[in-house]
Amino acid sequence: MKIREIVKAYDLHLLTGEKMQDREITGGYVSDLLSDVMAHCKKGAIWITLQAHPNIVAVAVLKEISGIIIVNGRKPEKDTITKAETESVAIMSTERSAFDVAGQLYGMGLRGTR
Amino acid sequence: MQPEALLQKEFAIQGGDFVNAGESSCMIRNTLREIGVDSDIVRRMAIAAYEAEMNVVMYALHGTMQISVYRDEILLTIADKGPGIQDIEMAMQPGFSTATEEMREMGFGAGMGLPNIKKNADVFNITSRVGNGTKLEIRIFLDGKKTRK
Repeated sequence: MKIREIVKAYDLHLLTGEKMQDREITGGYVSDLLSDVMAHCKKGAIWITLQAHPNIVAVAVLKEISGIIIVNGRKPEKDTITKAETESVAIMSTERSAFDVAGQLYGMGLRGTR
Repeated sequence: MQPEALLQKEFAIQGGDFVNAGESSCMIRNTLREIGVDSDIVRRMAIAAYEAEMNVVMYALHGTMQISVYRDEILLTIADKGPGIQDIEMAMQPGFSTATEEMREMGFGAGMGLPNIKKNADVFNITSRVGNGTKLEIRIFLDGKKTRK
């Protein structure tokens, strides 16, 4: 599954990573604790979180995460967007909750990775 | 005595700078990738570096992170000027954290930092002087062995 497909299917707002939309997603992980993501999220996963500060970009780069979905209508800080553009990290946002997003992606065939 | 490093780089870390936090770890990861280190070892070192860097950002005034690549191992040394750690054994307990409410809201302070470092290192050394600072030494062997004589 590609980022392009989930953006389209769920009408996610693609905030950064216009060019990264063909990146393959190999699984999913939901967490708001950064150390937990560092420890357990797998390469190529989509990361669902309500964290929106710049440090999520470093976590995504280090773990080679395919993309970040920020939930509950939270808006990333300006620095988060700038960093994500520089580091080629795709960030999407949605009004929906983490539960709903994870449920929808699971329904599309994605599975949790850890 | 340790032989001369094949490659050595040092990065400065500023305490309290949450915007640039993680960049040194990203540079270390990129450096290790560029010289062709095994991807699993790069991943382990990146996790350890990130956790160590965030500890400096969250608790110390400033610090340095140095990566040294040897023929048979990679050594990451993080030394900071800061409050130090009162009780290292306690700090190593999963779930223990002295993070502020604000840090916890940002998703830090889960009490997983030092345990994550230990888990990913082949050898992990931590020394601290209260009121002075903390030093971490993280070694990962390149020959795939967990222990060495």
